[in-house]
Amino acid sequence: MNDLVPGASDHPGTSASTPPSNERMSPDGELTRRQLFERRQRRRSIAIAATSTIVVIAALVILVPKTPGWYKVRRSFFDGDVFGETFPLLLEAFVKNLQIFAWCTPVILVWGMFIAICRNVRTPALFPLRLFAAAYTDIFRGVPVILTILLIGFGVPGLGLTRPYNSPYLWGSVALILAYSAYVAEVFRAGIESVHESQRAGARSLGLSSTQTMRHVILPQAVRRVIPPLMNDLVSLQKDVALVSLIGPIEILRRAGIEKSKFANFTPYVGAAIIFLVLTIPETRFVDWLVARERRRTSGTTVR
Amino acid sequence: MKLVLEGVQKRFGDRTVLAGVSLEVAEREVIAFVGSSGSGKSTLLRCVNLLEPIDDGRILLDGDDISVPGLAPDPIRRRIGMVFQSFNLFPHLSVVDNVALGPRKVLKVDKRTARERARELVARLGLADRADAFPDQLSGGQQQRVAIARSLAVEPEVMLLDEITSALDPELVGEVLDVVRELKSNGMTMILATHEMAFAREIADRVCFLHEGRILEQGAPEQLFTSPREPRTQQFLQRVIDSGRL
Repeated sequence: MNDLVPGASDHPGTSASTPPSNERMSPDGELTRRQLFERRQRRRSIAIAATSTIVVIAALVILVPKTPGWYKVRRSFFDGDVFGETFPLLLEAFVKNLQIFAWCTPVILVWGMFIAICRNVRTPALFPLRLFAAAYTDIFRGVPVILTILLIGFGVPGLGLTRPYNSPYLWGSVALILAYSAYVAEVFRAGIESVHESQRAGARSLGLSSTQTMRHVILPQAVRRVIPPLMNDLVSLQKDVALVSLIGPIEILRRAGIEKSKFANFTPYVGAAIIFLVLTIPETRFVDWLVARERRRTSGTTVR
Repeated sequence: MKLVLEGVQKRFGDRTVLAGVSLEVAEREVIAFVGSSGSGKSTLLRCVNLLEPIDDGRILLDGDDISVPGLAPDPIRRRIGMVFQSFNLFPHLSVVDNVALGPRKVLKVDKRTARERARELVARLGLADRADAFPDQLSGGQQQRVAIARSLAVEPEVMLLDEITSALDPELVGEVLDVVRELKSNGMTMILATHEMAFAREIADRVCFLHEGRILEQGAPEQLFTSPREPRTQQFLQRVIDSGRL
Protein backbone atom coordinates (compact mmCIF):
# COMPACT_ATOMS: atom_id res chain seq x y z
CA MET A 1 0.00 0.00 0.00
CA ASN A 2 2.93 2.36 0.41
CA ASP A 3 2.61 2.83 -3.36
CA LEU A 4 -0.38 5.02 -2.65
CA VAL A 5 1.63 7.40 -0.55
CA PRO A 6 2.76 10.32 -2.64
CA GLY A 7 6.33 11.33 -2.14
CA ALA A 8 9.86 11.19 -3.42
CA SER A 9 9.45 7.64 -4.72
CA ASP A 10 7.02 8.96 -7.37
CA HIS A 11 9.84 10.60 -9.18
CA PRO A 12 11.19 8.57 -12.09
CA GLY A 13 14.74 9.46 -11.27
CA THR A 14 14.55 7.84 -7.87
CA SER A 15 12.37 4.88 -8.68
CA ALA A 16 15.27 2.56 -9.34
CA SER A 17 16.74 3.19 -5.92
CA THR A 18 13.50 2.39 -4.11
CA PRO A 19 11.65 -0.20 -6.17
CA PRO A 20 8.75 -1.94 -4.42
CA SER A 21 9.81 -5.45 -3.42
CA ASN A 22 7.54 -7.24 -5.90
CA GLU A 23 8.88 -5.26 -8.89
CA ARG A 24 12.58 -5.58 -8.39
CA MET A 25 14.29 -5.76 -11.74
CA SER A 26 14.66 -9.34 -12.90
CA PRO A 27 18.23 -10.66 -13.18
CA ASP A 28 18.20 -10.59 -16.97
CA GLY A 29 17.07 -6.96 -16.80
CA GLU A 30 13.90 -7.29 -18.87
CA LEU A 31 12.22 -4.13 -17.55
CA THR A 32 13.84 -0.76 -17.92
CA ARG A 33 13.72 1.78 -15.18
CA ARG A 34 11.08 3.66 -17.11
CA GLN A 35 8.86 0.58 -17.60
CA LEU A 36 9.09 -0.17 -13.89
CA PHE A 37 8.08 3.36 -13.11
CA GLU A 38 5.18 3.28 -15.53
CA ARG A 39 3.97 -0.04 -14.22
CA ARG A 40 4.05 1.28 -10.71
CA GLN A 41 2.17 4.42 -11.77
CA ARG A 42 -0.42 2.31 -13.55
CA ARG A 43 -1.03 0.08 -10.56
CA ARG A 44 -1.27 3.09 -8.34
CA SER A 45 -3.87 4.74 -10.58
CA ILE A 46 -5.94 1.57 -10.70
CA ALA A 47 -5.81 1.24 -6.91
CA ILE A 48 -6.90 4.82 -6.39
CA ALA A 49 -9.69 4.60 -8.97
CA ALA A 50 -10.99 1.32 -7.51
CA THR A 51 -10.91 2.62 -3.95
CA SER A 52 -12.73 5.83 -4.72
CA THR A 53 -15.35 4.02 -6.78
CA ILE A 54 -16.03 1.55 -3.99
CA VAL A 55 -16.28 4.35 -1.44
CA VAL A 56 -18.77 6.31 -3.53
CA ILE A 57 -20.93 3.30 -4.34
CA ALA A 58 -20.89 2.13 -0.73
CA ALA A 59 -21.89 5.59 0.42
CA LEU A 60 -24.81 5.62 -2.02
CA VAL A 61 -25.97 2.12 -1.09
CA ILE A 62 -25.69 2.77 2.62
CA LEU A 63 -26.73 6.41 2.86
CA VAL A 64 -29.57 6.76 0.34
CA PRO A 65 -31.82 4.13 2.03
CA LYS A 66 -31.28 6.01 5.30
CA THR A 67 -33.04 9.10 3.91
CA PRO A 68 -36.54 9.60 5.37
CA GLY A 69 -38.35 9.36 2.03
CA TRP A 70 -36.50 6.35 0.65
CA TYR A 71 -39.21 3.85 1.45
CA LYS A 72 -41.80 5.81 -0.53
CA VAL A 73 -39.46 6.52 -3.41
CA ARG A 74 -38.52 2.88 -3.71
CA ARG A 75 -42.15 1.87 -3.76
CA SER A 76 -43.21 4.39 -6.38
CA PHE A 77 -40.14 4.32 -8.68
CA PHE A 78 -38.67 0.84 -8.31
CA ASP A 79 -41.66 -1.43 -8.00
CA GLY A 80 -40.66 -4.82 -9.38
CA ASP A 81 -44.21 -5.98 -10.16
CA VAL A 82 -45.14 -2.83 -12.00
CA PHE A 83 -41.85 -2.98 -13.85
CA GLY A 84 -42.46 -6.55 -14.96
CA GLU A 85 -45.95 -5.76 -16.12
CA THR A 86 -45.24 -2.54 -18.00
CA PHE A 87 -41.83 -3.20 -19.48
CA PRO A 88 -43.06 -5.26 -22.46
CA LEU A 89 -45.59 -2.54 -23.27
CA LEU A 90 -42.88 0.08 -23.11
CA LEU A 91 -40.68 -1.95 -25.44
CA GLU A 92 -43.54 -2.28 -27.86
CA ALA A 93 -44.13 1.48 -27.79
CA PHE A 94 -40.42 2.10 -28.22
CA VAL A 95 -40.63 0.56 -31.69
CA LYS A 96 -42.55 3.71 -32.67
CA ASN A 97 -39.64 5.84 -31.44
CA LEU A 98 -37.24 3.75 -33.45
CA GLN A 99 -39.39 4.10 -36.54
CA ILE A 100 -39.61 7.87 -36.25
CA PHE A 101 -35.87 8.04 -35.59
CA ALA A 102 -35.13 5.76 -38.51
CA TRP A 103 -36.96 7.77 -41.11
CA CYS A 104 -35.97 11.15 -39.71
CA THR A 105 -32.22 10.52 -39.54
CA PRO A 106 -31.42 10.10 -43.25
CA VAL A 107 -33.61 13.04 -44.17
CA ILE A 108 -31.93 15.20 -41.51
CA LEU A 109 -28.45 14.25 -42.71
CA VAL A 110 -29.21 14.98 -46.36
CA TRP A 111 -31.19 18.13 -45.68
CA GLY A 112 -28.66 19.38 -43.12
CA MET A 113 -25.84 18.82 -45.59
CA PHE A 114 -27.78 20.70 -48.25
CA ILE A 115 -28.28 23.67 -45.91
CA ALA A 116 -24.60 23.61 -44.92
CA ILE A 117 -23.49 23.65 -48.56
CA CYS A 118 -25.96 26.45 -49.32
CA ARG A 119 -24.33 28.55 -46.63
CA ASN A 120 -20.97 28.10 -48.36
CA VAL A 121 -22.22 28.99 -51.83
CA ARG A 122 -20.28 31.91 -53.27
CA THR A 123 -22.01 32.30 -56.64
CA PRO A 124 -23.94 35.60 -56.71
CA ALA A 125 -26.86 34.05 -58.56
CA LEU A 126 -27.34 31.63 -55.70
CA PHE A 127 -27.27 34.33 -53.02
CA PRO A 128 -30.97 33.79 -52.18
CA LEU A 129 -30.07 30.19 -51.33
CA ARG A 130 -27.42 31.43 -48.91
CA LEU A 131 -29.82 33.85 -47.34
CA PHE A 132 -32.42 31.12 -47.00
CA ALA A 133 -29.92 28.77 -45.36
CA ALA A 134 -28.82 31.40 -42.86
CA ALA A 135 -32.39 32.32 -41.96
CA TYR A 136 -33.33 28.65 -41.72
CA THR A 137 -30.61 27.79 -39.21
CA ASP A 138 -31.22 30.97 -37.24
CA ILE A 139 -34.93 30.25 -36.87
CA PHE A 140 -34.88 26.55 -36.13
CA ARG A 141 -31.90 26.68 -33.82
CA GLY A 142 -33.47 29.56 -31.97
CA VAL A 143 -36.84 27.94 -31.27
CA PRO A 144 -37.06 25.14 -28.68
CA VAL A 145 -37.67 21.79 -30.39
CA ILE A 146 -40.76 21.28 -28.29
CA LEU A 147 -42.30 24.50 -29.60
CA THR A 148 -41.52 23.57 -33.20
CA ILE A 149 -43.30 20.27 -32.63
CA LEU A 150 -46.34 21.90 -31.07
CA LEU A 151 -46.61 24.62 -33.69
CA ILE A 152 -46.19 22.34 -36.68
CA GLY A 153 -47.93 19.34 -35.16
CA PHE A 154 -51.08 21.27 -34.31
CA GLY A 155 -50.79 24.07 -36.83
CA VAL A 156 -50.32 22.34 -40.16
CA PRO A 157 -53.08 19.70 -39.79
CA GLY A 158 -55.30 22.62 -38.77
CA LEU A 159 -55.15 23.78 -42.38
CA GLY A 160 -57.88 21.24 -42.98
CA LEU A 161 -55.76 18.36 -44.17
CA THR A 162 -57.48 14.99 -44.31
CA ARG A 163 -56.20 11.53 -43.54
CA PRO A 164 -53.50 10.42 -43.95
CA TYR A 165 -52.00 13.87 -44.37
CA ASN A 166 -53.02 15.06 -40.94
CA SER A 167 -51.14 12.31 -39.15
CA PRO A 168 -49.27 13.46 -36.05
CA TYR A 169 -46.51 11.02 -36.97
CA LEU A 170 -46.00 12.85 -40.21
CA TRP A 171 -46.00 16.38 -38.79
CA GLY A 172 -44.14 15.41 -35.64
CA SER A 173 -41.43 13.93 -37.86
CA VAL A 174 -41.41 17.00 -40.06
CA ALA A 175 -40.93 19.20 -37.00
CA LEU A 176 -38.04 17.05 -35.76
CA ILE A 177 -36.46 17.13 -39.21
CA LEU A 178 -36.73 20.90 -39.44
CA ALA A 179 -35.26 21.47 -36.01
CA TYR A 180 -32.49 18.89 -36.15
CA SER A 181 -31.36 19.59 -39.70
CA ALA A 182 -30.60 23.12 -38.52
CA TYR A 183 -28.29 21.75 -35.81
CA VAL A 184 -26.77 19.22 -38.17
CA ALA A 185 -26.24 21.90 -40.83
CA GLU A 186 -24.21 23.95 -38.38
CA VAL A 187 -22.12 20.91 -37.48
CA PHE A 188 -21.44 20.22 -41.16
CA ARG A 189 -20.64 23.87 -41.78
CA ALA A 190 -18.11 23.89 -38.95
CA GLY A 191 -16.55 20.79 -40.48
CA ILE A 192 -16.37 22.34 -43.93
CA GLU A 193 -14.76 25.49 -42.57
CA SER A 194 -12.24 23.47 -40.55
CA VAL A 195 -10.65 22.05 -43.70
CA HIS A 196 -7.61 24.17 -44.42
CA GLU A 197 -7.56 26.45 -47.43
CA SER A 198 -4.43 24.68 -48.71
CA GLN A 199 -6.55 21.61 -49.42
CA ARG A 200 -8.69 23.69 -51.73
CA ALA A 201 -5.55 25.08 -53.39
CA GLY A 202 -4.19 21.56 -53.85
CA ALA A 203 -7.40 20.38 -55.47
CA ARG A 204 -8.01 23.44 -57.62
CA SER A 205 -4.40 23.39 -58.89
CA LEU A 206 -5.14 19.99 -60.43
CA GLY A 207 -7.99 21.51 -62.39
CA LEU A 208 -10.82 20.24 -60.21
CA SER A 209 -13.88 22.49 -60.30
CA SER A 210 -15.15 24.03 -57.08
CA THR A 211 -17.98 21.50 -56.99
CA GLN A 212 -15.57 18.60 -57.49
CA THR A 213 -13.29 20.03 -54.84
CA MET A 214 -16.17 20.23 -52.40
CA ARG A 215 -17.39 16.74 -53.24
CA HIS A 216 -14.10 14.83 -53.31
CA VAL A 217 -11.71 16.79 -51.11
CA ILE A 218 -13.50 19.07 -48.64
CA LEU A 219 -16.62 17.11 -47.68
CA PRO A 220 -14.95 13.73 -47.03
CA GLN A 221 -12.57 15.39 -44.59
CA ALA A 222 -15.24 17.62 -43.08
CA VAL A 223 -17.65 14.75 -42.47
CA ARG A 224 -14.97 12.58 -40.83
CA ARG A 225 -14.08 15.40 -38.49
CA VAL A 226 -17.63 16.08 -37.38
CA ILE A 227 -18.73 12.51 -36.79
CA PRO A 228 -18.46 12.82 -32.98
CA PRO A 229 -20.57 16.01 -32.68
CA LEU A 230 -22.91 14.65 -35.35
CA MET A 231 -23.49 11.51 -33.31
CA ASN A 232 -24.10 13.70 -30.31
CA ASP A 233 -26.94 15.32 -32.20
CA LEU A 234 -28.34 11.97 -33.30
CA VAL A 235 -28.32 10.58 -29.77
CA SER A 236 -30.05 13.76 -28.74
CA LEU A 237 -32.58 13.30 -31.55
CA GLN A 238 -33.27 9.79 -30.37
CA LYS A 239 -34.28 11.22 -27.01
CA ASP A 240 -36.24 14.10 -28.48
CA VAL A 241 -38.38 11.75 -30.55
CA ALA A 242 -40.21 11.32 -27.24
CA LEU A 243 -41.41 14.92 -27.51
CA VAL A 244 -43.61 13.90 -30.43
CA SER A 245 -45.84 12.29 -27.81
CA LEU A 246 -47.11 15.79 -27.03
CA ILE A 247 -49.10 15.90 -30.25
CA GLY A 248 -50.58 12.44 -30.02
CA PRO A 249 -48.57 9.38 -31.07
CA ILE A 250 -48.35 6.71 -28.42
CA GLU A 251 -44.61 6.18 -28.28
CA ILE A 252 -42.64 5.17 -25.24
CA LEU A 253 -42.98 8.34 -23.16
CA ARG A 254 -46.72 8.50 -23.77
CA ARG A 255 -47.06 4.80 -23.00
CA ALA A 256 -45.08 5.24 -19.79
CA GLY A 257 -47.39 8.11 -18.83
CA ILE A 258 -50.48 5.97 -19.46
CA GLU A 259 -49.07 3.10 -17.42
CA LYS A 260 -48.03 5.50 -14.69
CA SER A 261 -51.62 6.67 -14.37
CA LYS A 262 -52.96 3.14 -14.46
CA PHE A 263 -50.73 1.91 -11.63
CA ALA A 264 -50.38 5.26 -9.86
CA ASN A 265 -46.68 4.45 -9.87
CA PHE A 266 -43.63 6.04 -11.50
CA THR A 267 -41.78 2.81 -12.25
CA PRO A 268 -42.72 2.89 -15.99
CA TYR A 269 -40.65 6.06 -16.31
CA VAL A 270 -37.64 4.28 -14.90
CA GLY A 271 -38.29 1.44 -17.32
CA ALA A 272 -38.40 3.92 -20.21
CA ALA A 273 -35.15 5.53 -19.05
CA ILE A 274 -33.47 2.11 -18.99
CA ILE A 275 -34.65 1.37 -22.53
CA PHE A 276 -33.18 4.65 -23.78
CA LEU A 277 -29.86 4.01 -22.05
CA VAL A 278 -29.57 0.48 -23.37
CA LEU A 279 -29.61 1.98 -26.84
CA THR A 280 -27.74 5.26 -26.47
CA ILE A 281 -24.75 4.07 -24.44
CA PRO A 282 -23.63 1.39 -26.92
CA GLU A 283 -24.27 3.87 -29.73
CA THR A 284 -21.85 6.41 -28.34
CA ARG A 285 -19.25 3.74 -27.62
CA PHE A 286 -19.60 2.42 -31.15
CA VAL A 287 -18.97 5.88 -32.55
CA ASP A 288 -15.89 6.30 -30.35
CA TRP A 289 -14.64 3.04 -31.76
CA LEU A 290 -15.32 4.12 -35.36
CA VAL A 291 -13.43 7.36 -34.84
CA ALA A 292 -10.47 5.59 -33.25
CA ARG A 293 -10.37 3.08 -36.08
CA GLU A 294 -10.34 5.81 -38.72
CA ARG A 295 -7.53 7.56 -36.89
CA ARG A 296 -5.48 4.33 -36.74
CA ARG A 297 -6.07 3.75 -40.44
CA THR A 298 -4.87 7.11 -41.72
CA SER A 299 -2.47 8.48 -39.14
CA GLY A 300 1.24 7.98 -38.98
CA THR A 301 1.54 7.46 -35.24
CA THR A 302 0.66 3.77 -35.24
CA VAL A 303 3.09 1.21 -36.59
CA ARG A 304 1.45 -1.15 -39.05
CA MET B 1 4.25 25.59 -74.97
CA LYS B 2 5.32 29.03 -74.14
CA LEU B 3 4.48 31.05 -71.05
CA VAL B 4 4.69 34.84 -71.10
CA LEU B 5 4.21 37.25 -68.22
CA GLU B 6 3.67 40.89 -69.13
CA GLY B 7 3.89 43.47 -66.35
CA VAL B 8 2.11 41.28 -63.81
CA GLN B 9 1.01 43.22 -60.74
CA LYS B 10 -0.54 41.95 -57.56
CA ARG B 11 -1.61 43.88 -54.48
CA PHE B 12 -2.98 42.64 -51.19
CA GLY B 13 -4.85 45.64 -49.82
CA ASP B 14 -2.43 48.53 -50.14
CA ARG B 15 0.62 46.28 -50.07
CA THR B 16 2.14 45.71 -53.50
CA VAL B 17 3.52 42.19 -53.72
CA LEU B 18 4.22 42.06 -57.46
CA ALA B 19 5.15 45.40 -58.99
CA GLY B 20 5.23 44.47 -62.65
CA VAL B 21 6.90 41.18 -63.48
CA SER B 22 7.65 40.39 -67.11
CA LEU B 23 9.12 37.10 -68.20
CA GLU B 24 9.19 34.74 -71.15
CA VAL B 25 9.50 31.03 -70.48
CA ALA B 26 10.39 28.88 -73.44
CA GLU B 27 9.42 25.26 -73.84
CA ARG B 28 11.65 22.88 -71.79
CA GLU B 29 13.19 25.85 -70.01
CA VAL B 30 13.79 25.70 -66.26
CA ILE B 31 13.61 29.02 -64.46
CA ALA B 32 14.50 29.49 -60.82
CA PHE B 33 13.22 32.41 -58.78
CA VAL B 34 15.42 33.34 -55.87
CA GLY B 35 15.08 36.14 -53.39
CA SER B 36 14.45 36.75 -49.73
CA SER B 37 11.19 35.80 -48.01
CA GLY B 38 8.42 38.19 -48.94
CA SER B 39 9.97 39.10 -52.28
CA GLY B 40 6.89 37.72 -54.06
CA LYS B 41 8.13 34.34 -55.32
CA SER B 42 5.22 32.30 -54.03
CA THR B 43 2.65 34.91 -54.98
CA LEU B 44 4.03 34.94 -58.51
CA LEU B 45 3.59 31.18 -58.85
CA ARG B 46 0.11 31.32 -57.35
CA CYS B 47 -0.82 34.03 -59.86
CA VAL B 48 0.45 31.97 -62.78
CA ASN B 49 -1.70 29.07 -61.58
CA LEU B 50 -4.67 31.48 -61.28
CA LEU B 51 -5.00 30.72 -57.58
CA GLU B 52 -4.66 34.49 -57.12
CA PRO B 53 -6.20 36.93 -59.61
CA ILE B 54 -3.71 39.52 -60.84
CA ASP B 55 -4.46 43.25 -60.62
CA ASP B 56 -2.70 44.33 -63.78
CA GLY B 57 -0.68 42.91 -66.65
CA ARG B 58 -1.25 39.72 -68.64
CA ILE B 59 -0.29 36.07 -68.47
CA LEU B 60 -0.16 34.29 -71.82
CA LEU B 61 -0.09 30.54 -72.25
CA ASP B 62 0.61 29.54 -75.86
CA GLY B 63 -0.39 33.05 -76.88
CA ASP B 64 -3.77 32.94 -75.12
CA ASP B 65 -4.37 35.44 -72.36
CA ILE B 66 -5.25 33.27 -69.37
CA SER B 67 -5.47 36.20 -66.98
CA VAL B 68 -8.69 37.62 -68.46
CA PRO B 69 -10.98 38.25 -65.51
CA GLY B 70 -13.88 35.82 -65.51
CA LEU B 71 -12.18 33.17 -67.62
CA ALA B 72 -12.96 29.65 -66.41
CA PRO B 73 -9.75 28.69 -64.61
CA ASP B 74 -10.15 24.91 -64.32
CA PRO B 75 -9.06 23.83 -67.83
CA ILE B 76 -6.06 26.16 -67.60
CA ARG B 77 -4.98 24.98 -64.16
CA ARG B 78 -4.97 21.43 -65.48
CA ARG B 79 -2.26 22.50 -67.95
CA ILE B 80 -0.18 24.14 -65.23
CA GLY B 81 0.95 21.79 -62.45
CA MET B 82 1.72 23.14 -59.02
CA VAL B 83 3.61 21.64 -56.10
CA PHE B 84 3.35 23.37 -52.72
CA GLN B 85 5.79 23.91 -49.90
CA SER B 86 3.38 22.17 -47.50
CA PHE B 87 2.55 19.29 -49.93
CA ASN B 88 -1.24 19.79 -49.54
CA LEU B 89 -1.88 16.09 -50.02
CA PHE B 90 -5.41 14.86 -49.32
CA PRO B 91 -5.12 13.13 -45.94
CA HIS B 92 -8.27 11.04 -46.39
CA LEU B 93 -7.01 9.39 -49.57
CA SER B 94 -4.27 6.81 -50.00
CA VAL B 95 -1.22 7.67 -52.08
CA VAL B 96 -2.70 6.00 -55.16
CA ASP B 97 -6.03 7.77 -54.74
CA ASN B 98 -4.33 11.12 -54.20
CA VAL B 99 -2.59 10.67 -57.52
CA ALA B 100 -5.60 9.17 -59.32
CA LEU B 101 -8.13 11.83 -58.28
CA GLY B 102 -7.05 14.41 -60.84
CA PRO B 103 -7.08 12.05 -63.83
CA ARG B 104 -10.43 10.58 -62.77
CA LYS B 105 -12.24 13.87 -62.28
CA VAL B 106 -10.45 16.20 -64.67
CA LEU B 107 -9.31 13.93 -67.51
CA LYS B 108 -12.34 11.63 -67.01
CA VAL B 109 -10.21 8.50 -66.94
CA ASP B 110 -12.10 5.56 -65.45
CA LYS B 111 -11.22 4.67 -61.88
CA ARG B 112 -9.39 1.41 -62.56
CA THR B 113 -7.20 2.81 -65.29
CA ALA B 114 -6.50 5.94 -63.27
CA ARG B 115 -5.41 3.91 -60.26
CA GLU B 116 -3.23 1.63 -62.38
CA ARG B 117 -1.50 4.60 -63.97
CA ALA B 118 -1.17 6.27 -60.58
CA ARG B 119 0.53 3.14 -59.27
CA GLU B 120 3.01 3.20 -62.16
CA LEU B 121 3.71 6.89 -61.68
CA VAL B 122 4.24 6.47 -57.96
CA ALA B 123 6.55 3.55 -58.62
CA ARG B 124 8.58 5.67 -61.03
CA LEU B 125 9.14 8.14 -58.20
CA GLY B 126 10.43 5.30 -56.02
CA LEU B 127 7.36 4.85 -53.85
CA ALA B 128 6.01 1.54 -55.14
CA ASP B 129 5.89 0.07 -51.64
CA ARG B 130 4.05 3.05 -50.17
CA ALA B 131 1.31 3.23 -52.81
CA ASP B 132 -1.43 2.15 -50.42
CA ALA B 133 -0.23 4.16 -47.43
CA PHE B 134 -1.89 7.37 -46.31
CA PRO B 135 -0.05 10.70 -46.48
CA ASP B 136 0.33 10.99 -42.69
CA GLN B 137 2.20 7.68 -42.67
CA LEU B 138 4.92 8.99 -45.00
CA SER B 139 8.03 11.05 -44.40
CA GLY B 140 8.09 14.63 -45.66
CA GLY B 141 10.25 13.68 -48.62
CA GLN B 142 7.91 10.87 -49.59
CA GLN B 143 4.89 13.15 -49.23
CA GLN B 144 6.46 15.73 -51.49
CA ARG B 145 7.24 13.09 -54.09
CA VAL B 146 3.60 11.99 -53.97
CA ALA B 147 2.56 15.61 -54.42
CA ILE B 148 4.76 15.83 -57.51
CA ALA B 149 3.25 12.60 -58.83
CA ARG B 150 -0.25 13.95 -58.17
CA SER B 151 0.55 17.06 -60.13
CA LEU B 152 2.16 15.13 -63.01
CA ALA B 153 -0.82 12.80 -63.24
CA VAL B 154 -2.99 15.40 -65.02
CA GLU B 155 -0.24 15.80 -67.63
CA PRO B 156 0.60 19.47 -67.17
CA GLU B 157 2.64 21.35 -69.76
CA VAL B 158 4.49 23.41 -67.18
CA MET B 159 5.24 22.77 -63.51
CA LEU B 160 5.38 25.40 -60.79
CA LEU B 161 7.41 24.29 -57.79
CA ASP B 162 6.86 26.53 -54.79
CA GLU B 163 9.74 26.07 -52.33
CA ILE B 164 9.09 22.37 -52.41
CA THR B 165 12.00 21.49 -50.13
CA SER B 166 11.55 24.21 -47.53
CA ALA B 167 9.44 22.09 -45.19
CA LEU B 168 11.79 19.10 -45.37
CA ASP B 169 14.51 17.84 -43.08
CA PRO B 170 17.90 18.37 -44.74
CA GLU B 171 18.49 14.66 -45.32
CA LEU B 172 15.16 14.36 -47.17
CA VAL B 173 15.81 17.21 -49.59
CA GLY B 174 17.94 15.09 -51.90
CA GLU B 175 15.28 12.57 -52.81
CA VAL B 176 12.91 15.36 -53.87
CA LEU B 177 15.56 17.19 -55.88
CA ASP B 178 16.38 13.93 -57.67
CA VAL B 179 12.81 13.86 -58.91
CA VAL B 180 13.12 17.43 -60.19
CA ARG B 181 16.35 16.51 -62.04
CA GLU B 182 14.49 13.62 -63.61
CA LEU B 183 11.70 15.97 -64.71
CA LYS B 184 14.22 18.28 -66.31
CA SER B 185 15.89 15.47 -68.19
CA ASN B 186 12.45 14.52 -69.52
CA GLY B 187 12.10 18.03 -70.88
CA MET B 188 9.51 19.42 -68.46
CA THR B 189 9.13 23.19 -68.45
CA MET B 190 9.44 24.36 -64.87
CA ILE B 191 9.40 27.48 -62.75
CA LEU B 192 10.87 27.06 -59.29
CA ALA B 193 10.74 29.32 -56.30
CA THR B 194 13.56 28.10 -54.14
CA HIS B 195 15.96 28.73 -51.29
CA GLU B 196 18.24 25.94 -52.49
CA MET B 197 20.81 28.10 -54.28
CA ALA B 198 23.12 25.24 -55.11
CA PHE B 199 20.27 23.38 -56.69
CA ALA B 200 19.02 26.43 -58.59
CA ARG B 201 22.53 26.87 -59.91
CA GLU B 202 22.72 23.25 -61.00
CA ILE B 203 19.31 22.80 -62.58
CA ALA B 204 18.10 26.18 -63.83
CA ASP B 205 18.66 27.48 -67.34
CA ARG B 206 17.97 30.92 -66.04
CA VAL B 207 17.87 32.41 -62.56
CA CYS B 208 15.73 35.45 -61.70
CA PHE B 209 16.43 37.48 -58.60
CA LEU B 210 13.14 38.83 -57.28
CA HIS B 211 13.28 41.88 -55.07
CA GLU B 212 10.31 43.87 -53.78
CA GLY B 213 8.01 42.43 -56.41
CA ARG B 214 10.30 43.00 -59.40
CA ILE B 215 12.80 40.91 -61.29
CA LEU B 216 15.84 42.95 -60.39
CA GLU B 217 18.29 40.80 -62.25
CA GLN B 218 18.24 37.66 -64.33
CA GLY B 219 20.72 35.59 -66.22
CA ALA B 220 22.43 32.26 -66.58
CA PRO B 221 23.08 30.70 -63.16
CA GLU B 222 26.87 30.97 -63.45
CA GLN B 223 26.68 34.65 -64.31
CA LEU B 224 24.11 35.54 -61.64
CA PHE B 225 25.73 33.58 -58.83
CA THR B 226 29.36 34.46 -59.57
CA SER B 227 29.18 38.01 -60.92
CA PRO B 228 25.86 39.64 -60.06
CA ARG B 229 25.53 43.18 -61.36
CA GLU B 230 23.05 44.63 -58.90
CA PRO B 231 24.20 45.55 -55.39
CA ARG B 232 20.96 44.09 -53.97
CA THR B 233 21.68 40.75 -55.62
CA GLN B 234 25.22 40.85 -54.27
CA GLN B 235 23.90 41.54 -50.76
CA PHE B 236 21.40 38.73 -51.00
CA LEU B 237 23.97 36.24 -52.26
CA GLN B 238 26.42 37.35 -49.60
CA ARG B 239 23.83 36.60 -46.91
CA VAL B 240 23.19 33.20 -48.47
CA ILE B 241 26.91 32.46 -48.55
CA ASP B 242 27.32 33.64 -44.97
CA SER B 243 24.62 31.26 -43.81
CA GLY B 244 26.42 28.43 -45.63
CA ARG B 245 23.71 27.71 -48.20
CA LEU B 246 25.69 28.15 -51.40
